[in-house]
Amino acid sequence: MSHDPLYEMVIGLEVHAQMRTRSKIFCGCSTTFGAEANTQICPVCAAFPGVLPVLNTELVQMAIKTGLAVHGKIREKSEFSRKNYFYPDLPAGYQISQFELPIIEQGELTIERDDGSHKRIGITRIHMEVDAGKSLHEGIQGASWIDLNRTGTPLLEIVSEPDLSTPQEAGAYLKKLRAILRYLQVCDGNMEEGSLRCDANVSVRRHGHTKLGTRTELKNLNSIRNVMRAIEYEANRQIDILESGGSIVQETRLWDANINASRPMRNKEEAHDYRYFPEPDLPPLVITQQRIDAVAQHLPELPDAKRQRFVRDLGLSEYDAGVLTATREMAMFFEESVQQGAHPKTAANWISVELLGRLNRENLEIEQSKVSPNHLGRLITLIQNNEISGKIAKQVFDIMFETGANPETIVQEHGLKQVSDTGAIESIIAQVLADNPQQVQQYREGKTKVMGFLVGQVMKATQGKANPTAVNAILQDKLTG
Amino acid sequence: MTLVQAASLLRTRQISAQELTTAFLERIQRLNPIINAFITVDHEGAMQAAKQADARLNNGTATPMTGIPIGVKDLFCTENLTTTCGSKMLAQFRPPYESTVTRKLKEAGAVILGKTNMDEFAMGSSNETSFFGPVKNPWDISRIPGGSSGGSAAALAAQLALATIGSDTGGSIRQPAALTGITGLKPTYGRVSRSGMIAFASSLDQAGPMAWSAADAAMVLHTIAGYDPLDSTSIQADVPDYVNALATRMDGIRIGIPTEYRPDNLNAEIQKALTEAEQTFRDLGASLVPISLPHTRYAIPTYYIIAPAEASSNLARYDGIRFGYRCDDPKDLKDMYTRSRNEGFGAEVKRRIMLGTYVLSSGYYDAYYRKAQKVRRLIADDFHQAFQHVDLILTPTTPTTAFPLGDKIDDPIAMYLSDLFTISVNLAGLPAMSIPCGADQLGLPIGMQMIAPILKEDKLLSAAHAFQTATPWHQRKPEP
Ligand SMILES: [Zn+2]
Repeated sequence: MSHDPLYEMVIGLEVHAQMRTRSKIFCGCSTTFGAEANTQICPVCAAFPGVLPVLNTELVQMAIKTGLAVHGKIREKSEFSRKNYFYPDLPAGYQISQFELPIIEQGELTIERDDGSHKRIGITRIHMEVDAGKSLHEGIQGASWIDLNRTGTPLLEIVSEPDLSTPQEAGAYLKKLRAILRYLQVCDGNMEEGSLRCDANVSVRRHGHTKLGTRTELKNLNSIRNVMRAIEYEANRQIDILESGGSIVQETRLWDANINASRPMRNKEEAHDYRYFPEPDLPPLVITQQRIDAVAQHLPELPDAKRQRFVRDLGLSEYDAGVLTATREMAMFFEESVQQGAHPKTAANWISVELLGRLNRENLEIEQSKVSPNHLGRLITLIQNNEISGKIAKQVFDIMFETGANPETIVQEHGLKQVSDTGAIESIIAQVLADNPQQVQQYREGKTKVMGFLVGQVMKATQGKANPTAVNAILQDKLTG
Repeated sequence: MTLVQAASLLRTRQISAQELTTAFLERIQRLNPIINAFITVDHEGAMQAAKQADARLNNGTATPMTGIPIGVKDLFCTENLTTTCGSKMLAQFRPPYESTVTRKLKEAGAVILGKTNMDEFAMGSSNETSFFGPVKNPWDISRIPGGSSGGSAAALAAQLALATIGSDTGGSIRQPAALTGITGLKPTYGRVSRSGMIAFASSLDQAGPMAWSAADAAMVLHTIAGYDPLDSTSIQADVPDYVNALATRMDGIRIGIPTEYRPDNLNAEIQKALTEAEQTFRDLGASLVPISLPHTRYAIPTYYIIAPAEASSNLARYDGIRFGYRCDDPKDLKDMYTRSRNEGFGAEVKRRIMLGTYVLSSGYYDAYYRKAQKVRRLIADDFHQAFQHVDLILTPTTPTTAFPLGDKIDDPIAMYLSDLFTISVNLAGLPAMSIPCGADQLGLPIGMQMIAPILKEDKLLSAAHAFQTATPWHQRKPEP
């Protein structure tokens, strides 16, 4: 870390996660991303006179799921509020959000630090709110266009406690949170497309001090990398100011990834008095314990639990378990391979070394892999059943990676099946021994290491298809017999 | 002719819906230029609806409302029919959707003659804040009809419709009903859907019927009431048969008389009319019980914090961008917002937006809005306590009879006080009615208000019906 060791950072993150509900938060419009401008709107989300919001129950389910996943307290009674301000992409002139009584409070998640230790990060609150539309300032000179397709898309705002102390911890927190949201299938977690957005509150203080310093809020952080870089930059900026006798101005700053620096937002862009008050069009949201229990029953296994199970029950190393539970897709791939009969450790190895190696080289995600988990599991089973050797399996895997064909067909078509027929192996061995009388003599004189050479000759003669165990056993037999 | 009588004539085919509609349209054509009760008259739509009503009356699919010509306050959105809310802001607004109230009326076969005049965005007590000009009281055209549902009230009093729909946020059905001598019912908050009804103050607004009699009002309420999935604040409760519940006696009914609603300076004629009404109720078998509603005096200040607060937010959507009035040649975004709103809204609307913005602003929220919500609960508790002992509460509807046009328009506080007796009911979410119970020396109508517990509209209508069976006041009509 480059910042002054006399100081420590105090970081809190506010994450906005777009929920993958089929329809918008208060109307029946579709939430599909990328549709033609203003094709996914109706009188409700365009805030025409007299229309009323009706809360999407699918969103409430997703919020409960998320709350349970971070061990939060789900309020029996929460309420919606209006946050009032004028902006063209906010058609009602107010954003419906939760203010005084959010649906979830007091959650937490655990991150792993670079040194392998764990740290608990508090989650102050999670609340539901509606996304705004987009203003487009391109095209005709002097005119702006408004696309209201995104207006009414449901968001969860997830606010952490200021428990994070380094940019690395902030990155780990975001990755963990994103993994959880993806495991729950409630959010795409795509920061570039904006389905996951993050603002950071940063302050610094001298080590040993308990009083919090003045904080600034960083916006426009559209990747985890940018979040980390912006925090680093901001902490250094604040330390420089303090060290030169200045004081920090509480402000909102915009990160510019192109120049690796932030600038204060113009006052006009902030300084709102939001005039929050309870939304009179929506009654308080009441969630019964029964409803929470029903959601809890269908909660998928989450990254931490999965990882522990992989170590405990499947005998994986902490490291492999960590790699394989990093995303829901990866974990699913692994588990499906194992279901085909592949030994867990072998499967873990094949996925983390061979498959991820190839995918990384070609810049692909695991969802884009032509090798299906089913096929990979079957390939490993072929090795386990001595039908092919590990070496041949790598050839088969390469073909699978290119073509997506199943391993049995590849083995068949390319004649790669392992020869375990002792008769066939015996005749090849007899030939090899006849061709190499000198080595046979050496072996019998005690130079047993020529065994390796002889095995190699047999494998060469069979193009690697002979079962190595059988070759070893028969050779041993012939040479000593 | 009452709605019930007309329904009977239609059912027995002694008159056709088209004949009835034509007669009302002709009368509107003759009298509306004087009264100004309608902003929009939908000749074509009404005749079309009447034709369809006749078909239903002939093929046996008619409801009691089929073929009944009605007027609808111009804040209920009607698909493709201009809905102005009495404002320049929406003078050209043709909604692409139908309010639940008008949809239900249309489905029942009612004939919507047009959209009735109102105070701008329902903000006013005299119907003088309408962009489309004031409505005249048919009893004396130099006087106001009350507001904000002044057009709906005057249309009935001038017999331009058989029933009308109004909305009531602080008395906007009951006060004009009293001042024009008709029957008006504000249902329990949530009894009638607010979907498609242009919002003034969301936690107080409620649609209701205005009619010549309690029996007529019962029929209309039965048509428009009920849970609506489009309105999350509507109540999930069955709709009783209000018409069948009407009684002519009131034996065993206890009527509470709150001392706070009989101030010493109450207009003597109104005082006298109420005393006579009390005697009528006794004669009908009811007993009168003095009660107290101690927080009454806080109702007006509480209302004038909560209603403008909600209005300031509800009216933020009128920004000149997607619909409604937009100023000419805006220089930039801020100029467009400022001038569109400044030119599109009238003085009273702007006054309430400013008031509401102020009470919600940071630093003032706790002192005003939060405190007002607490007082609101105390006011509701008063009623709850009282209804442990009585079935209904009887009060005057208004402190005065209809006042002259221009009398109070420049004095907002005096204007706000004309809702003195009606506002608590909205804050408590209760159903209440105003029915005629007398006349002053000038012959101007006097109304009384009856208040019932939540969802007891049937009790309310029944008491009103019994009273109207025993008295002639609701049959008085102004000279043509
Ligand atoms: Zn929509």
